[in-house]
Amino acid sequence: MREVQMRNPVTRWGARVAGFTVCLSLVGCLGGVLDPKGPVGDNEKLILIDATAIMLAVVIPVILCTLAFAWWFRAKNPHAERRPDWEYSGRIEFITWSIPALIVLFLSGIAWIGSHELDPPKPLRASSAAMEIQVVSLDWKWLFIYPQEHVATVNRLVIPVDVPVHFSLTSASVMNSFFVPQLGSQIYTMAGMTTQLNLLASQTGNYSGISAQFSGDGFSDMRFEVRAVSHAEYASWLASLREGHDVLDESRYALLAKPSAHDEPIAFSEVSPGLFNAIVHGRGEAPGASSKTATLLNQDR
Amino acid sequence: MFGKLTWAAIPFNEPIPLITVGVLIVGIVGMLTLITVKGWWPYLWREWITSTDHKRIGVMYVILALVMLLRGFADALMMRSQLALAAGHAAGYLPPDHYNQIFSAHGTIMIFFVGMAFVIGLMNFALPLQLGVRDVAFPVLNSVSFWLTAAGVLLVNVSLAVGEFSRTGWLAYPPLSELAYSPGVGVDYYLWSLQISGLGTLLSGINLTTTILKLRAPGMGYGRMPVFCWTALASNLLIVAAFPILTATFAMLLLDRYVGFHFFTNDGGGNPMMYINLIWGWGHPEVYILILPAFGVFSEVIATFSGKPLFGYRSMVMATMAICVLSFMVWLHHFFTMGAGANVNAFFGIATMIIAVPTGVKIFNWLFTMYGGSIRFTTPIYWAIGFMVTFVIGGMTGVLMAIPPADFVLHNSLFLIAHFHNVIIGGVLFGAMAGYTYWFPKAFGFKLHEGLGKAVFWCWFIGFYLAFMPLYGLGLMGATRRMQHYSDAGWQPLMIVALGGALVILLGIGLTALQLLVSIRSRQRRVDLTGDPWNGRTLEWSISSPPPVWNFGLLPQVAGPDAFWSRKREAASADSGAPLYEALEVPKGTPLGFVVAFFAVIFGFSMIWHIWWLALVGLIGGVIACIRHAWRTDLEEEVPVATIQAHEESQRMRAARL
Repeated sequence: MREVQMRNPVTRWGARVAGFTVCLSLVGCLGGVLDPKGPVGDNEKLILIDATAIMLAVVIPVILCTLAFAWWFRAKNPHAERRPDWEYSGRIEFITWSIPALIVLFLSGIAWIGSHELDPPKPLRASSAAMEIQVVSLDWKWLFIYPQEHVATVNRLVIPVDVPVHFSLTSASVMNSFFVPQLGSQIYTMAGMTTQLNLLASQTGNYSGISAQFSGDGFSDMRFEVRAVSHAEYASWLASLREGHDVLDESRYALLAKPSAHDEPIAFSEVSPGLFNAIVHGRGEAPGASSKTATLLNQDR
Repeated sequence: MFGKLTWAAIPFNEPIPLITVGVLIVGIVGMLTLITVKGWWPYLWREWITSTDHKRIGVMYVILALVMLLRGFADALMMRSQLALAAGHAAGYLPPDHYNQIFSAHGTIMIFFVGMAFVIGLMNFALPLQLGVRDVAFPVLNSVSFWLTAAGVLLVNVSLAVGEFSRTGWLAYPPLSELAYSPGVGVDYYLWSLQISGLGTLLSGINLTTTILKLRAPGMGYGRMPVFCWTALASNLLIVAAFPILTATFAMLLLDRYVGFHFFTNDGGGNPMMYINLIWGWGHPEVYILILPAFGVFSEVIATFSGKPLFGYRSMVMATMAICVLSFMVWLHHFFTMGAGANVNAFFGIATMIIAVPTGVKIFNWLFTMYGGSIRFTTPIYWAIGFMVTFVIGGMTGVLMAIPPADFVLHNSLFLIAHFHNVIIGGVLFGAMAGYTYWFPKAFGFKLHEGLGKAVFWCWFIGFYLAFMPLYGLGLMGATRRMQHYSDAGWQPLMIVALGGALVILLGIGLTALQLLVSIRSRQRRVDLTGDPWNGRTLEWSISSPPPVWNFGLLPQVAGPDAFWSRKREAASADSGAPLYEALEVPKGTPLGFVVAFFAVIFGFSMIWHIWWLALVGLIGGVIACIRHAWRTDLEEEVPVATIQAHEESQRMRAARL
């Protein structure tokens, strides 16, 4: 009987810890940022967990102290020692300023190093050279241009595994945020501007990509599929893509740029060169659609 | 003649707003009829609508906040139920164009018309009483401030019936909010209602800052002010510094939308990034404008119900002012993902974390205020303890997102939503409810029902955890904010739990109404004749409940912090004989605030609908009303000595008898 009573709290805590772990693993399994498939996401997950653990070391005792102090010093407790005029202690004040200051000092180190190590434009360390992909957010779909391969896709991003990818991103419309939770860092896409992002998928698989910045009525469907494939598969995908007949030229782009939601993936076997730059400089208008774009392009030259 | 306004503006084909509007109109007409039949108009007009009494204005602000809480919460329930349904291939019941209006209205209303109205109401009510003075610095301006806020509220709600509300989120980021992408009147409703109410808030900030700096009871140096006054000072300094940024930013967006400027447009050399920087230049201080007064309320509540002075008063003051200054140096953490570069991101990340130091100090000081105390578990202390437990979690997730690489994966996710509701509900709302329960007996002379008050607390407390802990998890799973539906059916169970939490909070809101009703009906039993129902420490408890128009018959002489507490201790020894009262001047009521707000509504509404001639009428009407008021000479009326003496004597007798 006594043994059972003694074990009870232990099992209760065990159950709680188990429950917490189950919750975490559930969260982890569902393809979010706790289930990363690349070095950027890995590092960011590590920072998340480290920083949370450091802070919990203070937060949990504070919560427990709050409840304990409130309970122990309840008016009806005859055992509590009252100090109705106690309002200052230099020593305690020193500690109360020091504890958060030290934690923040420590976390600041993480923030400073992390900001520099994981800065989105910073090239990733990898054995192979980075491949280029240009990303354009449209109302309400994603255009991916492969400038080195002269092909393009809509709402489907196919990348070879273990190859660092350098993204240049812009918007042909309002702001959006390019985000593949399982690969890590997101970055805004903004018209007339180019942002940079480096990601790498270290495992093959299909990951979901989203826009993480509200962009209007079609926003919720502005999803894309990321396929991280082996080098052989990537090569054969490129080959099959090139057999297609859909060419992304100026008139096709003008059609594509019209607002639409829920678009099925499209593959373009060819892209007119300089399309991305024209979109950046045309500030959201279809290239060739207005004389302003042409003027802007001329000014650039 | 009527600009863009046609019959098409009335949403006849949308049942949800139509039914809501119908019910509202019936309710309002019913209420107006009741007031007319009962003949309450003269009383309402004289004692409330035209009142320049800071206590009445404070109460009206709180009523406005509670009513708008219903509206904002109805939006929240619709969002939560939509997301509980719209998993996988299901589309839910709210199409995107309606859903987007709902989350935009929810954020706008909860921040500007619930949070702001509530804390400004509490400050308006309690500040002059705590400072030991007879009114705020500019009583008429105070009335104008309130009515301009009410004008903004009216315009937001008119958008339900006539036209549409903004669909661009509570901060209306361009280029989405520009004419090219939002051609409707929704953004204009948003901009004009916030311009008008923002003017009211700015005037209120000037008023309360002046009150604290220039009007304090004799002997009340800065080092003797109650901590609530300090936090209110910090909050109002922030209002004065930050709200002009908001007004200027919105003015630029209005110029873009109305006369073809290119401040933030995609074309013509505009730059949307400027808007985002500017709006957060206001927006980050704004969250401290809301939370600092709540910190003040908790400081008062914890000290009072622990029966102890606040631990580390000077630390508390320093921490408050540190937060006040630092809050202007962190705005960029709202867009680490804009690609500013490692040094900039790291700087703003670290600046943000530094705010956690004074905030942490505050938590520790409240903890040590309880230590050695004799804690009476009344409703306000429930809110305070619930706050301490909840707020540290919200603070932790906030610091977590201040680390730029962590923010790269959490930005705009439901994790962020959970974080800021964690600090706004756990901080601002709990603080507002604590202040509401704490000062209610001062305002009305009777206490609120304790049992129901505690039930309200438990509903909010449990409801909050049920509604927002799942959102932390969903954010980590990759769920982003403002989505109207989602394909991953695995998220649905947590979404349903979150809806359950919202329903528990709904119960809490229902119980708040019930508490008010029950307390009013049984007020004879809850009456407080002493004016000091909680054994308080600050000057507001030294006068009758409700206080007379003039607050203090004799201005109190302050000799230290916790002025009333020390006076109570010395009371037995020092009876200085019969006090000498003098006749007092109190400001007369004036309809100026109401009239200005009336014209402001006309101006705002006709600007929204491009009815230029009527806008001119509104503008000129408002200006003329102000100019006319400036020529008025009889602004004050005298309260005779006999009245004051009679009131003060009877209060002393009552207090002595008990």
